[in-house]
Amino acid sequence: MFGTKLQVSWLLIPVLLCGRTALAQPSGGDVAAALSGLREATFIEKEEVVERLSARGDPSVRPVLAALLEDRLFVRQSDQRVFIVKSADDRLTSLDLIDPVSLAGAGSATRDDLAKIGTNNRLRKRLRTLVARFDLSSEDAAVRLAAVAEISRALDAESLALLRTQSALERHAGVKEEIDIGLALAALDTGDSRARLDAIAALAHSLRPPVRNRLASLLERTENGVFAEPDGQVRAAAARAVRAIDRWRAVSRVVEMLFFGLSVGSVLVLVAVGLAVTFGVMGVINMAHGELMMLGAYTTYVMQLALPNHIAASILLAIPAAFLVSGLVGVVLERTIIRFLYGRPLETLLATFGVSLVLQQVVRSVFSANNRSVETPAWMSGTIQVNGALAITVNRLCIILFTLVVFAILQVVLKRTRLGLEIRAVSQNRAMAQAMGIRTNRVDAMTFGLGSGVAGIAGVALSQFTNVGPNLGQSYIISSFMVVVFGGVGSLWGTLVGGLSMGVVDQLLEPYAGAVLAKIFVLVALIVFIQRWPRGLFPQTGRAAESQA
Amino acid sequence: MNRTQGFLAVGCLTAALAVPTAARAQGTIKVGVLHSLSGTMAISETTLKDTVLMLIDQQNKKGGLLGKKLEAVVVDPASNWPLFAEKAAQLLEKDKVAVVFGCWTSVSRKSVLPVFEKDNGLLFYPVQYEGEESSKNVIYTGAAPNQQAIPAVDYLMKEVGVKRWVLEGTDYVYPRTTNKILEAYLKTKGVRTEDISINYTPFGHADWQARVAAIKKFGSAGKKTAVVSTINGDANVPFYKELGNQRISAEDIPVVAFSVGEEELSGLDTKPLVGHLAAWNYFMSNNAPANKSFIEQWHAFIKKPKRTTNDPMEAHYIGFNLWVKAVEKAQSTDVEKVLAALPGLEVPNLTGGVAKLMTNHHITKPVYIGEVRADGQFDVVWKTSGTVPGDAWSDFLPGSKDIEADWVTLKCGNYNTKTKACSGQSYK
Repeated sequence: MFGTKLQVSWLLIPVLLCGRTALAQPSGGDVAAALSGLREATFIEKEEVVERLSARGDPSVRPVLAALLEDRLFVRQSDQRVFIVKSADDRLTSLDLIDPVSLAGAGSATRDDLAKIGTNNRLRKRLRTLVARFDLSSEDAAVRLAAVAEISRALDAESLALLRTQSALERHAGVKEEIDIGLALAALDTGDSRARLDAIAALAHSLRPPVRNRLASLLERTENGVFAEPDGQVRAAAARAVRAIDRWRAVSRVVEMLFFGLSVGSVLVLVAVGLAVTFGVMGVINMAHGELMMLGAYTTYVMQLALPNHIAASILLAIPAAFLVSGLVGVVLERTIIRFLYGRPLETLLATFGVSLVLQQVVRSVFSANNRSVETPAWMSGTIQVNGALAITVNRLCIILFTLVVFAILQVVLKRTRLGLEIRAVSQNRAMAQAMGIRTNRVDAMTFGLGSGVAGIAGVALSQFTNVGPNLGQSYIISSFMVVVFGGVGSLWGTLVGGLSMGVVDQLLEPYAGAVLAKIFVLVALIVFIQRWPRGLFPQTGRAAESQA
Repeated sequence: MNRTQGFLAVGCLTAALAVPTAARAQGTIKVGVLHSLSGTMAISETTLKDTVLMLIDQQNKKGGLLGKKLEAVVVDPASNWPLFAEKAAQLLEKDKVAVVFGCWTSVSRKSVLPVFEKDNGLLFYPVQYEGEESSKNVIYTGAAPNQQAIPAVDYLMKEVGVKRWVLEGTDYVYPRTTNKILEAYLKTKGVRTEDISINYTPFGHADWQARVAAIKKFGSAGKKTAVVSTINGDANVPFYKELGNQRISAEDIPVVAFSVGEEELSGLDTKPLVGHLAAWNYFMSNNAPANKSFIEQWHAFIKKPKRTTNDPMEAHYIGFNLWVKAVEKAQSTDVEKVLAALPGLEVPNLTGGVAKLMTNHHITKPVYIGEVRADGQFDVVWKTSGTVPGDAWSDFLPGSKDIEADWVTLKCGNYNTKTKACSGQSYK
């Protein structure tokens, strides 16, 4: 199976022989000997070594197995000894060593002096099961829960025996339930139909895919036409359980699609809400809006370079930093170009399009044309398991919440602060506002800066799940204009409702129509809608709006 | 051999042959380089331009070719497909280059193909592609589907025990043709229609949550599932990130990619990708001495010790050496003579084997499956026992089964063995 095996296997024979003879001796040194066999082993031979180590059942080998699983097992080049390292973080130049037998500290070594012992998928899968077996006796209920879930994925006789023992000892209700599901799945294979009925009753409330698949397999016929499950009563119970599970899974799926829709929609809202200020309130068609988002995303990248050891903090700090960077660029843009072009939408469009090209090229020259990778903090990746069939991704949840917060702050700024009052006054009636002593020039610059700053904040959010590159803005500029027009120019609430509903419709269609057709359908529906209601979902009313129209 | 020695050697040779010095002064051989240096493809193609420049530089240090120096003519088609054809015409008609190394995307190759056939030029194409083509004027040094896609699927089927398949691709010609071939192949292996899911997303697709949730659901039917990815470029990063977010690990649902190599991995956070697979004919982590010295030369030439090497670079290395050998054999750079000399030639590849150019203008290649490591390199977990000859016309597509390409005996790139007729890219 492994191509390299042929070339190196003859080298390995003595190594393996050493490993075997050493293992035959009942001394404590056999762990070290077995580990030395890992040095040049193929993946299959590594698996054999790992099996032999764990077969001893001695909990002291757990750290070694866990280290191998987590890429923390290294060979020191100078003396060919195997060590666990405390942390193999890329930023460390010197790694702290731990002796794999005594588990005591063993000094440190430079990265160049250490060679990692690699693993592959198959070996990692096996290691996970083996580590989980040791974890069954952990003090921490969460560790035990994860261990049971891991073991239940592939049950063999040995794992079953371990689960049975643990079931009798287990005090934690959640872990106990998990064990019972695992045992019930195994009980379906027993010859006693009473036991199988009990197992089905125990499994009927689990929405997990393996449970449903196993129950459904009871209803299937084998090739020669007889049912896989001989007992009709058991089949009826299994059919009932599958129906109940399927009902719940359908509900979960709808909830999941709605969640996806809201998350896509909140991204749309986030990228459009800045535009709702510059385009909606001021009436400036700013084609460089996407590039202001791109600047926000690059600000996140720079913050991360500045604080490489504090990813989470760098992202939080990037929010105000991106607001300032994009906001300042916005103010400069307004003062130097846009203010000379008020009331000339076509020229504004062309000028800002030119600016967008300039900004892209600046970024290409400074950061290169390649995409930059922005790391996601650990707490933002992963899922929250709601039930067996429904899992919600944490980063999407963060985006939804973040959008709502940004939207709320923007509402407060526009409705409750003096700046907001002035912005609204100027947008409704410039001449009258000027007559009342408002410096409209300054307000224009501030409004544009506010909209641009919000675009920068959107860029921080985008950096978390898409490519940070010079073309980032281009992919979002069209959708942000669409959202603003759909929601009603000048209405922030329209942007919110419009963006969210476009996201939900898109995601509801995607599973049936595919990503390409779903986008086309949304676009066509939007065109039809604008034909019928040209001012969008929430049209501006009042004298000012009518005079504009 | 350093530069002065090289010059001395050339000098001695010319003196010995008593070639007039005037002939030497005008005698450079022009080599065209047709790779995008700007636009979306610049990221990948600039590396290939540098590779050709390095190979030319090395050849000149060895004393050039037929006693003449090689001279690179670099043009920038700017990721713009029609511009590829214009630049190709410029290279062939104005600069009169002897050979061109170039193109990346299939659409750029299709764009220059008529130009090369009309002007009777010679193009070495270094990237894996969908097959279904064999031109008299093109030497395909990248992998055909049977040298990448089919062995990868074989590996998953036999070694990993995959029973259910998601064919996930970007919506353009290479993924669509490759997936058509794979679907037909899987069906001949007894995979049922309901166990294959094919899906396409647009270029640069960024929101993968619904697709990844669908893959997760498809993969939870109790059978081992794998994703065969022909997702292109930028869309890969959000795809793998979303797999990580939804906690789909390579141990549950492995993804084997045909367009993700060392170069692409160097620009992204590899943590969510560890354990996922890629199928190539070359990996930078290969231990062969030829590869070690190639990497050293590359780092010395490009002056950046962290630059990666990748599969299309090896293809150019093979292609360049094939051309040099053919020119030496023909004692001429005339395209007709070089094309006559090329089939059957063998040159070493970088993985310790030999690449042989076959009569269908494709080469023999070993196939490797690698697992992504945390450092952005690959661990080879499987390889074919020998080399695999490239098949221009797939045996698994109904229309192309009976087509053969043979530029030596049949003198045809599109010969139908049933109707005994040559059509399409024939040169008569």
